[in-house]
Amino acid sequence: MSILIDRTTKVITQGITGKTGQFHTRLCRDYGEGRSCFVAGVNPKKAGEDFEGIPIYASVREARQATGATVSVIYVPPPFAAAAIDEAVEAGLELVICITEGIPVRDMLRTRYQMQGKKTRLIGPNCPGLITPDELKIGIMPGHIHKKGRIGVVSRSGTLTYEAVGQLMEQGLGQSSCVGIGGDPISGLKHIDIMQLFNEDPDTDAVIMVGEIGGDAEETCARWVKEHMVKPVVGFIAGVSAPAGKRMGHAGAIISGGKGTAQEKLAVMEACGIKVTRNPAEMGKLLKTVL
Amino acid sequence: MNIHEYQGKELLRRYGVATPRGVACFSVEEAVKAAETLGGKVWVVKAQIHAGGRGKGGGVKVAKSLEEVRRHAGAILGMRLITHQTGPEGRIVKRLLIEEGADIQKELYLGMVVDRASERVVLMASAEGGVDIEEVAARTPEKIHKVAIDPIRGLEEAQGAALARQIGLPEASVAEASRLMQALYQAFDETDCALAEINPLILTGQGAIVALDAKLNFDPNALYRHPDIVALRDLDEEDPAEIAASKFDLSYISLDGDIGCLVNGAGLAMATMDIIKLYGGSPANFLDVGGGATTEKVTEAFKLMLMNPNLRAILVNIFGGIMKCDVIALGIVAAARVVSLNVPLVVRLEGTNVALGKQILAESGLPIISAANMAEAAERVVAAAQGGSPASGKATARGTP
Repeated sequence: MSILIDRTTKVITQGITGKTGQFHTRLCRDYGEGRSCFVAGVNPKKAGEDFEGIPIYASVREARQATGATVSVIYVPPPFAAAAIDEAVEAGLELVICITEGIPVRDMLRTRYQMQGKKTRLIGPNCPGLITPDELKIGIMPGHIHKKGRIGVVSRSGTLTYEAVGQLMEQGLGQSSCVGIGGDPISGLKHIDIMQLFNEDPDTDAVIMVGEIGGDAEETCARWVKEHMVKPVVGFIAGVSAPAGKRMGHAGAIISGGKGTAQEKLAVMEACGIKVTRNPAEMGKLLKTVL
Repeated sequence: MNIHEYQGKELLRRYGVATPRGVACFSVEEAVKAAETLGGKVWVVKAQIHAGGRGKGGGVKVAKSLEEVRRHAGAILGMRLITHQTGPEGRIVKRLLIEEGADIQKELYLGMVVDRASERVVLMASAEGGVDIEEVAARTPEKIHKVAIDPIRGLEEAQGAALARQIGLPEASVAEASRLMQALYQAFDETDCALAEINPLILTGQGAIVALDAKLNFDPNALYRHPDIVALRDLDEEDPAEIAASKFDLSYISLDGDIGCLVNGAGLAMATMDIIKLYGGSPANFLDVGGGATTEKVTEAFKLMLMNPNLRAILVNIFGGIMKCDVIALGIVAAARVVSLNVPLVVRLEGTNVALGKQILAESGLPIISAANMAEAAERVVAAAQGGSPASGKATARGTP
């Protein structure tokens, strides 16, 4: 088991004909059971053609009807990415993973508004995607650093997630699923949503939660953990040394109005029973101590 | 992206927000002439920099004669204005706004931000205007009234009116205040603002509602659809290193410390700064080379870090994913040929093609201190920085936060 995706998942790639889409579709297809999972691509101008054997359809709806796929991944450029999410939501997909970085906040506000009451779950935008090791990788993370196991990883950043995975591997610990929820201020699933899924997953024993400055999603998750989580959680928050008012790379990583500091997040997490470290080199070691 | 107050007011006027009449000036002569043209008996001379707290820092003065306009303009233009938002180095004032004086009955606050939790634009208003609103929010949060705006319907008249009453505006001015709020939201929405602040918004003796200040910040991801706003960018207000970085699509932020960091990924870049601090050092910058770093980008990244006279050591921390370690290693070697690397360099490589990357560095003959993991890297770079001398040989006593 795992969360959100496994070897039976069928995936549509939106933006499959672009350079980024092609590059990552190849890597994802060649990872684990990817060959049977990546079943369709979308491009209205290239409907009827194929990308290295993956058929291309005119719309997400058509792709879904033809293949039974329930998940899509989006590599569409920023000006058109929110509309691509809208299309996937309209087509009734269960899960949409938007990798695209740089979508205007205004577009995402409207997209999220239109998602209200719909069943579609969104991961991202501006995220590395998610992976269930040895089965399916949907996104841009390097597959080879992962191994199947029983630790869940949820994070707002890409390479810091890889760092956490690398440290788990040093401890001999594999992963059930790793989810990068993205670094944008307006996004889909939050730490809390992923944490709930890990809590219910019989094959996840413990979770590493990696956060960063900005917003209060980590605090919200921590409070939920205190009340409901039956598995140990360890955490790290990036940006203790970040100055206020500066956007640290991610659109969402900014301390504004004195809110969203790493210190505040770490304090709340600790108070809620999450073991935290202030040393990003010790995430894996810390996780090992709670097993 | 930020713009100046006078530019913000011009933009808001186009949407129907009332502001005092004013003229932007670049010299004392222009300032006096502007006051003459505006007419009246009272003028306000306002320093135009991209930072708040200008009044407290001496950057806003009231003049009651043209002679006073001349004197204040002369004093403010060219001054180094230090406010709580500029940092200790302050900003040199190069532009002024000369405005007609206003008849202030009451000072209020209006702000608009994107609220992550509700996924809405939120309009905030307070009867406590003219002061540091962050202090009001911290001490008496009940004095800040909020309304979440539906992205499809926009701000409704009744919502604005309710907010106007909550901040104690007289009934006769409620409709006008509500219209101003609607205009502000329309401007915010259509120009892809990330933040808008009017502090103070005033009620005049005649019951009019006027924006006495305007602070607008725009979503950088949306600037591609607003070339008119991009044209308002004032490079004098930005850090030269950050401007240079943006040309090469590098995400760079200058900090106060002495250890340069070159990292792939924003989260890992922040974590690298954190671990340097944890080991007793101080980061000189945030630098994310991104996922598609080329030799050219790595070279430019080194040049940027080396622009900093306080630099004492550099830490390269790469977790290769799609980015391959050998590409980064080749970039480091190429950069070392172009720039003179006069500070110790610590490199930690991990991930895709790590063995090849390490081999390239080893064979380059460069005096690189390698590290097996983040902790070792931090320890070594902090030791190197403390042992070495600064790049320029002139260490200044800039404190760390």
